[in-house]
Amino acid sequence: MSLKALDYESLNENVKNCQYAVRGELYLRASELQKEGKKIIFTNVGNPHALGQKPLTFPRQVVALCQAPFLLDNPNVGMIFPADAIARAKHYLSLTSGGLGAYSDSRGLPGVRKEVAEFIERRDGYPSDPELIFLTDGASKGVMQILNCIIRNQKDGILVPVPQYPLYSATISLLGGTLVPYYLEETENWGLDVNNLRQSVAQARSRGITVRAMVIINPGNPTGQCLSEANLREILRFCCDERLVLLGDEVYQQNIYQDERPFISSKKVLMEMGAPISKEVQLISFHTVSKGYWGECGQRGGYFEMTNIPPRTVEEIYKVASIALSPNVSAQIFMGLMVSPPKPEDISYDQFIRESKGILESLRRRARLMTDGFNSCKNVVCNFTEGAMYSFPQIKLPPKAIQAAKQAGKVPDVFYCLKLLEATGISTVPGSGFGQKEGVFHLRTTILPAEEEMPEIMESFKKFNDEFMSQYADNFGYSRM
Amino acid sequence: MSTSDSTSSLPVTLDSINPKVLKCEYAVRGEIVNIAQKLQEDLKSNKDAYPFDEIIYCNIGNPQSLGQLPIKFFREVLALCDHTSLLDESETHGLFSTDSIDRAWKILDQIPGRATGAYSHSQGIKGLRDTIAAGIEARDGFPADPNDIFLTDGASPAVHMMMQLLLSSEKDGILCPIPQYPLYSASIALHGGSLVPYYLDEATGWGLEISDLKKQLEEARSKGITVRALVVINPGNPTGQVLAEENQRDIVKFCKEEGLVLLADEVYQENVYVPDKKFHSFKKVARALEYGEKDIALVSFQSVSKGYYGECGKRGGYMEVTGFSPDVREQIYKVASVNLCSNISGQILASLVMSPPKPGDDSYDSYMAERDGILSSMAKRAKTLEDALNSLEGVTCNRAEGAMYLFPRINLPQKAIEAAEAAKTAPDAFYCKRLLNATGVVVVPGSGFGQVPGTWHFRCTILPQEDRIPAIVNRLTEFHKSFMDEFRD
Repeated sequence: MSLKALDYESLNENVKNCQYAVRGELYLRASELQKEGKKIIFTNVGNPHALGQKPLTFPRQVVALCQAPFLLDNPNVGMIFPADAIARAKHYLSLTSGGLGAYSDSRGLPGVRKEVAEFIERRDGYPSDPELIFLTDGASKGVMQILNCIIRNQKDGILVPVPQYPLYSATISLLGGTLVPYYLEETENWGLDVNNLRQSVAQARSRGITVRAMVIINPGNPTGQCLSEANLREILRFCCDERLVLLGDEVYQQNIYQDERPFISSKKVLMEMGAPISKEVQLISFHTVSKGYWGECGQRGGYFEMTNIPPRTVEEIYKVASIALSPNVSAQIFMGLMVSPPKPEDISYDQFIRESKGILESLRRRARLMTDGFNSCKNVVCNFTEGAMYSFPQIKLPPKAIQAAKQAGKVPDVFYCLKLLEATGISTVPGSGFGQKEGVFHLRTTILPAEEEMPEIMESFKKFNDEFMSQYADNFGYSRM
Repeated sequence: MSTSDSTSSLPVTLDSINPKVLKCEYAVRGEIVNIAQKLQEDLKSNKDAYPFDEIIYCNIGNPQSLGQLPIKFFREVLALCDHTSLLDESETHGLFSTDSIDRAWKILDQIPGRATGAYSHSQGIKGLRDTIAAGIEARDGFPADPNDIFLTDGASPAVHMMMQLLLSSEKDGILCPIPQYPLYSASIALHGGSLVPYYLDEATGWGLEISDLKKQLEEARSKGITVRALVVINPGNPTGQVLAEENQRDIVKFCKEEGLVLLADEVYQENVYVPDKKFHSFKKVARALEYGEKDIALVSFQSVSKGYYGECGKRGGYMEVTGFSPDVREQIYKVASVNLCSNISGQILASLVMSPPKPGDDSYDSYMAERDGILSSMAKRAKTLEDALNSLEGVTCNRAEGAMYLFPRINLPQKAIEAAEAAKTAPDAFYCKRLLNATGVVVVPGSGFGQVPGTWHFRCTILPQEDRIPAIVNRLTEFHKSFMDEFRD
């Protein structure tokens, strides 16, 4: 009998092949345990507000006013909203064609895109064209749209760092393309060696793959490393030589926890390199309101900026965006506020700075706390989190543990992470979800749990880990199956 | 410089982008709209150059961009959820209705940590899905499972998800009504599948004949296409017809017999303007036939963009998926999880739409007044425009039983068709461009939706405010007369 339309067997293979560990097996198990009443600490996804980080006050005031514009007509509104929030709400409403409830231009409100362009120009010192900036429902949607334009078939390859944030592997899978990995060097602080790139490309080409684009995540996810200017120049030169589009995922640009390598955008480096390369390399840069010190994940606000993309291609990208009608308007306003925050002369400035600084300084402390905490554990080695929101310690699993995992039918790091979850309630994502060298295991956790809770969490982890390592030790320890 | 090696990749140019992207079309925001936007820009500095002083966008179902106000209660709740510290201020009680404050508290209690800025469960916040499921049950009289609900950024992403799941290659086909809302044709093209058309019958109020469905299905199969699903838009877009319940029963039976997934686009379920028709959800119809999970796979789409709420810019919606095996459900969940979740404000709004104020609630009376005001005005505007269009020479227009559009048929004279050909434009696009240039009114040519070959239509929304309608009717009538004077055979 012929298969019914939605029988498992007849589903799109690309869907079946795609994996997204961030909300995969560990997360589902953690959710089950939570339902059973166990206290779970979710560190599987960069979701700051879910772990107690408070939203910044000013943007919420502005958006609430935009949400309910009749408040602006009320004479008492000044009693609970500061004047600058009121003014900003009026400003953003004036940029819309009917408030938050009307579809905007499919690329986003022109007024907000102008503010984004001005931000980019201030940040980099080079002009930015609002017409080449598209707002999206989260940066992820933008990444999917762009990859959808690039990937034609299985022969199209996309260079992706290993380890990587699995949006890239999942999307490439869904679109039927080929992921071409380039390995980051853990012993070099997750550094990027251009020779690794060259090797990966050569290997792919020898298999008949047309390498179309390269993804960099800067600061890195899950690895946290911040690329140096020299590294970025190498990468841009490489993309120029090999005629690759560079996809610059820069969503963590506000999250920098060391001072040796501040954030520098790919666009800025490209422009600094001057003609001809600055006019040749095709670059798409992504940003979001979900990360940084804003952490407004639930709004789903992002943008991409295109550099050196031919006008007719831009038109096609616009066409695809128009099918989705428009990105959500609230998030567009959050984006406007993020790129043009309160100024020193504004009433809300002090509070805004206090809140922002508080979050960033705490993140910096937590990055250090976690790194040191992991490094104090047996058989665990952890690079410092230079940026982003994660810690990605290497767990040196003893052979007996690997064997036990096999017998349980689990990938070794999944086995470890499940045991960690059951023992401590800490829900992480196994390194296999991000990619890693063969035989090397990691897990990814966020640095987001509240600072006051960190010491206890790290203690809990250490206790579990050291016991686990004893349990599965070689030779002199005892082994329990 | 690169070595011009045949294996070296091409930069992203029009020649080298995904051909499926090139193939797909979406006329609602297509060429005519681009021209309109340029005119609008030019109008700012060149007012006297045009016989009109503003562009009126009747191309897109975007009510609040044309003056419709949002439902106050909904916005009160959303504002309180956006800025929760308002709930701790005593002044808030003077600014917000009591029941909106209560509802905000209730919703926030359903959100872990009251964190509206956090990613939620990938299907959407559980408590909100519970509310929506209860709303579906109240509407239909049959239970709904919150685990069957996937909250999405509008209904459109949910449609894309289903197309992604169902389409592996060009050999996979989806039955779509012609005319159809071009999200379907575009989505099918983007996902590399085949659109299998079935024609709605203009002569019988855009009726759907099962015999035609069968015929199209057989034809597709004979060409080696595996037809996977049937799309039904009810109320229809652009056609506005509301299906008769008996028709719906036949459709449900047809899908069961042929093993097709029924994709029920029901985003206009609150937009019904005629007393002789009523909206019935396909879920209700199926369950009333005693078809359960094992009998039919049904995906029902709803949105916050339409109805009387018209909250397009919020991007809220959901699909309810029933009749799928657990392993298929897992795949749907997985695809949803890659995007993490839909925007929280939109999720909250979807739950409000499915459980608005009830009798006895503080806001009930004002809510009902707003709602009835909007819907009765829409019904009035639909009738006024329908009559106006029917009064034009060579134009016939079926009534808009529901949705937000009129889809008149224009009998274009041969001279006009030739002029269009000479201008290398489709005849209906030619008419629409002329209309735009003469009146500033933006409509979408019928070719953007599909139509029986040799017939011409355009889609016009019923959304400009009531006081603008007479002027629009006058301009349209004048234009049409002069067009016919120019091209009459």
